[in-house]
Amino acid sequence: MKTVIIKYNAGNVQSVMYALERLGTSYLLTDDEAEIRSADKVIFPGVGEASTAMAYLRERRLDKLIPSLKQPVLGTCVGMQLMCRYSEENDTTCMGIFDIDVRRFPSSHQAGEPRLKVPHTGWNSIHTLQGPLTNGLSENAYVYFVHSYAADVCPETTAVCDYVRPFSAMLHRDNFYAAQFHAEISGDVGQRILENFLKL
Amino acid sequence: MLTKRIIPCLDIKDGRTVKGTNFVNLRDAGDPVSLAAIYAEQGADELVFLDITATVDGRKTLIDLVRNVAHTINIPFTVGGGISSVADVSALLNAGADKISINSSAVRNPELVNELALEFGSQCIVVAIDTRYVGTEHIVHTHGGRKPTELRTIAWAKEVEDRGAGELLLTSMDTDGTKAGFALELTAQISGVANIPVIASGGAGSMDHFVDVFTSGKADAGLAASIFHFKEIEIPALKEYLRTKGIEMRL
Repeated sequence: MKTVIIKYNAGNVQSVMYALERLGTSYLLTDDEAEIRSADKVIFPGVGEASTAMAYLRERRLDKLIPSLKQPVLGTCVGMQLMCRYSEENDTTCMGIFDIDVRRFPSSHQAGEPRLKVPHTGWNSIHTLQGPLTNGLSENAYVYFVHSYAADVCPETTAVCDYVRPFSAMLHRDNFYAAQFHAEISGDVGQRILENFLKL
Repeated sequence: MLTKRIIPCLDIKDGRTVKGTNFVNLRDAGDPVSLAAIYAEQGADELVFLDITATVDGRKTLIDLVRNVAHTINIPFTVGGGISSVADVSALLNAGADKISINSSAVRNPELVNELALEFGSQCIVVAIDTRYVGTEHIVHTHGGRKPTELRTIAWAKEVEDRGAGELLLTSMDTDGTKAGFALELTAQISGVANIPVIASGGAGSMDHFVDVFTSGKADAGLAASIFHFKEIEIPALKEYLRTKGIEMRL
């Protein structure tokens, strides 16, 4: 099986690489179109800022390549946000694989309510689980999040997380899968999700 | 619900843990990778490695250590100690650290916080603040809490947040090592003004101290070292206990 991690200016992908190694999977980190097209599985990671990442993808025509892929694709964190329609982060038009927008968490809070900090940082539970990537997980499993922007809940949502408002922790449409959290450092739960993806 | 986090801290010198541990099942008590694996297995939510090595060779060993830890554990970890440049941070993140922590270098050069946040994103920049109560005020200290600065702790916390820090690691030198509990009032004050998570450190001696730091101290995470290393408090029991007190925990 050939697993490719898409290489772009998306910060630190080391933990994704180590997680695949722990699962005994070899991988290739590349931005080469032919290599990506011929892969069995494609992982599209992401840390950083949406508009810069989209500009980089456009420059290398990866914004056209990724939506045209036919094999299973997993986007994580900012990778997931770039697969949505639009991100409020610097008013960025994204790839539109998922028919939903990405909005910032409000940093203000209602008087008398507990203060919710932004970025949403730490372990939070996911619920209303659906689809093959959550096989074997229990409702309210904990995964590790760090983000200030999130996609709303929509028909393509396959896991919901609640923070300030309910948002999409996972999305799925056809061969495209996405997770807002960092599965690669989300303990045994995250490991199971990656395993499920590799088994698709 | 977002959980509160329990974070063991490992002091590292030349790639080995110092201060020792009481893990009898550990073949080599000085090996940070084995210790990290045990803590991850026990349900630690995150780990912090604090490097107290001064030599160049020791720093190279640290990079190898970070690589081994990242390879072994599947939870996030932060590396701090002696970090003073974009290049230092780049090397640690590329080796697999999820976050880095800066302390004295931020006091010396506050602009560094902005540079690091811009280069790597706020999510991986932790600013550690060592604080001590002097006269009538909380004052930031450096050099392991020995050297006072001109900075007032609460104002400094707010400043580093504005400069792009993603988290604060607050260590009270007044409570550190006392096992008499965390500095609750100061932690709550800082958590009240900062809109980023606050990790409280210094003073944990009992499970109830963690209850206090998450309730009246309003901390997002509690960090401790020796009480975990010497098994005075075991993480699974601590997390069970906190949950019975109504505090959200990942079990």
